[in-house]
Amino acid sequence: MAKETTGPQGLWIKCPDCREILYHREVTGNSHVCPRCSHHFRISADLRLQMLFDNGRYKKFFGKIRSSDPLGFVDSKPYSERLKVYNKKFNGSDAVVVGQGEICKIPTLVAAMEFGFMGGSMGSAVGEKLARSIDRCLDRRLPLVIVSCSGGARMQEGILSLMQLAKVSTGLARMRAKALPFISVLTDPTTGGVTASYAMLGDLNIAEPGALIGFAGPRVIEQTIRQTLPEGFQRSEFLLEHGMLDMVIPRPELKATLARCLSLLR
Amino acid sequence: MAAPTPPFLEPIEKIRFRINEIESAGTSGPATEEDLVSVRRELDETIKRVFSSLTPWQQCQVARHPERPYTMAYIHSIFTDFTELHGDRRFADDHALVGGLARFDGDPVVVVGHQKGRDTAEKLRRNFGMPRPEGYRKAIRIMELAARFRRPIISFIDTPGAYPGIDAEQRGQAEAIANNLIEMAGFPVPIIVIVTGEGGSGGALALGVGDRVLMLEHAIYSVISPEGCAAILWKDQARAEDAAQALRITAPDLKKLGIIDEILPEPAGGAHMNPGEMADTIAAAIRRNLKPLHKAKPDALVNRRFKKFRAMGVFTDR
Ligand SMILES: [Zn+2]
Repeated sequence: MAKETTGPQGLWIKCPDCREILYHREVTGNSHVCPRCSHHFRISADLRLQMLFDNGRYKKFFGKIRSSDPLGFVDSKPYSERLKVYNKKFNGSDAVVVGQGEICKIPTLVAAMEFGFMGGSMGSAVGEKLARSIDRCLDRRLPLVIVSCSGGARMQEGILSLMQLAKVSTGLARMRAKALPFISVLTDPTTGGVTASYAMLGDLNIAEPGALIGFAGPRVIEQTIRQTLPEGFQRSEFLLEHGMLDMVIPRPELKATLARCLSLLR
Repeated sequence: MAAPTPPFLEPIEKIRFRINEIESAGTSGPATEEDLVSVRRELDETIKRVFSSLTPWQQCQVARHPERPYTMAYIHSIFTDFTELHGDRRFADDHALVGGLARFDGDPVVVVGHQKGRDTAEKLRRNFGMPRPEGYRKAIRIMELAARFRRPIISFIDTPGAYPGIDAEQRGQAEAIANNLIEMAGFPVPIIVIVTGEGGSGGALALGVGDRVLMLEHAIYSVISPEGCAAILWKDQARAEDAAQALRITAPDLKKLGIIDEILPEPAGGAHMNPGEMADTIAAAIRRNLKPLHKAKPDALVNRRFKKFRAMGVFTDR
């Protein structure tokens, strides 16, 4: 997948799509989008929140909620050890960071998924943080934006991860009943249980260009049907064409688009 | 395409074969009777021994047993007046998912469930119990009838998972599942879910947002198949046995984790050994669980359903 590989002193960066060597600053100054081919580099949850909120200012919520290891899950390595490493690296955020701030002066709660934390996978902590985000939106009549970036449910928490799909979706049913806007933003990649729950349940579903979006992963499909997949299959533009998205919006225009939509719905 | 008998069940299958042989020989008399009694005793003892310590992987194989009763069989034994409904009114009629109107103890209800096939032709027609989006959309359409006409919903889960194919993705497999989750959350009628065989991930959960979730003793319910998990985490499908162990997919594990409400005991040797007895157990469980739900007001029902799923998960908050 597209990964930012910075050269000496982090001065240069190579675009994985057009292979052009670019000034790092040229990319960061363009919302982390390649100025040549408009490849969207994957960004962290924190950066996402900074980019969406006015003046990059927001208040974080539910930062103390962490995954535990309820199953005592061990594959090549114990899950508890994986968690230690990731918690250190991401300051205990797990795979979602929740912030409240203003988007073009509209008070909004944004939950941005962190792909760096175990592939953005959703376990109990992610589910709980999203459920509490919904509670907060219901309490204060706030709109909700979830920026998905995830491979799906976290296998290491087994069935508990699967149930987070239901947990978040039943919460979203309450937001619908109260007519509070929920906008789902789908970024590369959004697959599995995350797509099969909240990511597809937005009042509006908005994707970044070229994002991989689907239920089953491309490899699983290829193994099942034993043929190679068509070009552009499961990309944002493909989903737009098939009626699953309201729009595909380049990152530099995302904030203004969200603000306009929220003001039209509120 | 008949699946081979898993090795640990071979001793049982051999004795069943012998009983069948004696019975179909048609000879009667005290000698045959005596034979049957002793072989049946041998069968009981062998089942007891084999089933006294099933590993999660073995449970999984019982849940997938080629003779395991499927949804339609339960529907026909548990309900009367079953009237099957077809189609999602959008695209097609998916045969991997069945549903319709019926009566339970004389009262009108709505039934939905995954449906697997028994022989090769039916397996293909039922797509091995793996619905496409139109299947989930058919299910929600039928459940919407239940909500409108205030009928309880009985949902049977038995699927390896939602079908992973190009067409399924094109027509929005993820959206179809997600929509079922949010819609089931708000139905103002009692919903009873019974996991009868395989509860395969999102494709199972799409029929699983209920007020009471019951599970057959040897059924499994998992975020991913043991094979799929092994392929990803162990990079080796052959490690499915380890994955089955690690994932906690059995009924007792799920009860401990607070995911299911009740375990329904199976006949000795599994549901397929006595489908009639199994159906009776399920019917009794539906009766028992429906009673208190009937008394609840629609708002209270929806509220409690929300709280039930809201409480699921294990995390720290310090
Ligand atoms: Zn480029």
